[in-house]
Amino acid sequence: MCDTCGCNITPGNQHLAFKPVAKGATAVSVLKGLLQKNDDQAAHNREHFDRRGILAINLMSSPGSGKTALLEATLTALKNEFTCAVIEGDLETENDAERIRAKGVQAHQIVTGTACHLDAHLVHDALHHMTLDGVELLFIENVGNLVCPASFDLGQHLNVTLLSVTEGDDKPAKYPVMFRAADAMLLTKTDLLAVLDDFDCDKAEAHLRNLANPAPVMRLSARKKQGMEAWYAWLREQLAAQRARVAVGQSRRPAIQSDGMKYHRVSAS
Amino acid sequence: MHELAVAQALVEQVDAVIDQHHASSATSIRVRIGPLAGVVPELLATAFPLAAVGSRMEYAELEFTHAPIQVHCQTCGAETEAAMNRLLCGACGDWHTQVISGDELLLESVELVMDPPHPSHLALPPQNV
Repeated sequence: MCDTCGCNITPGNQHLAFKPVAKGATAVSVLKGLLQKNDDQAAHNREHFDRRGILAINLMSSPGSGKTALLEATLTALKNEFTCAVIEGDLETENDAERIRAKGVQAHQIVTGTACHLDAHLVHDALHHMTLDGVELLFIENVGNLVCPASFDLGQHLNVTLLSVTEGDDKPAKYPVMFRAADAMLLTKTDLLAVLDDFDCDKAEAHLRNLANPAPVMRLSARKKQGMEAWYAWLREQLAAQRARVAVGQSRRPAIQSDGMKYHRVSAS
Repeated sequence: MHELAVAQALVEQVDAVIDQHHASSATSIRVRIGPLAGVVPELLATAFPLAAVGSRMEYAELEFTHAPIQVHCQTCGAETEAAMNRLLCGACGDWHTQVISGDELLLESVELVMDPPHPSHLALPPQNV
């Protein structure tokens, strides 16, 4: 959209642009995403990834649902298959990056201080501290939080949202913004289902469908190595799809964002 | 909790609009926020004055346009209103829907106080404002 020549003003929204204003003031229509600056930076990050054929995956969940454990298991299993790198986001400590480095994988820790989410600028700064040549899969482990990270595009191609079985199967209904953004939902720590009587995997999946989200749901335990093959198969499939896109000069944004671009009518009702 | 970051982004955007139109300040800012955007209007209203201190929109009024959640059903084609955690078709109940309104996070319009025209601008064609 353009806000210099007025071509972003359509019959549907022109009443917003030309509403009566106080004497001496002039109303101008803007109709730009509030987070435009972040989104521009995210698009730039995505170009970085696409140019190198990297598939970037944003991992989101509440704290303690097993993002780092999932990565540890994944990096070990795919060690001989793909070159991976990890960006870790936490309010404090280098602990997670150290756990990843112990697996022999490049990791950069973003310490956000008090910020509750990663944004595209933080990720861009991190990229400049990393060697991206040869990297095929980049995991961005967001700050553990089921609210804020969902609103900020980082330049990733896919969002993966984890829900551990100790959290409650109605989390997708309680945090719809987060779970609507998921391109895949992982139900983690499923080895604990045996001792929990209040988590129903089918219900969790039904809550996700209520958000009109067709994302695949995978049930797994990274610690006990259960159900991990489906996750690895999904990663291989997604990396192949990314390579196919890059070969024809295309890219991909997480599902709901591209939908938004396609379906939004920018008009007041 | 991330509304301060959103407020700071809003201030940057309005600042750019003020520059673009050679205005001196903004008196009113209208944003459109859908419930699915993950930003709470009340919290943004609280955060905005903190982000706007000392800026050219310090005294601007922040107004909100409500964006109800509407979904388009891919199965039956109906367009219906939906609840935040139940984005099902209101006509046939199917979950294969697309959100067509309700996840916006948009700076809609800004009211500006214009600078007296600078002589160098008088020669330019009129601006579309």
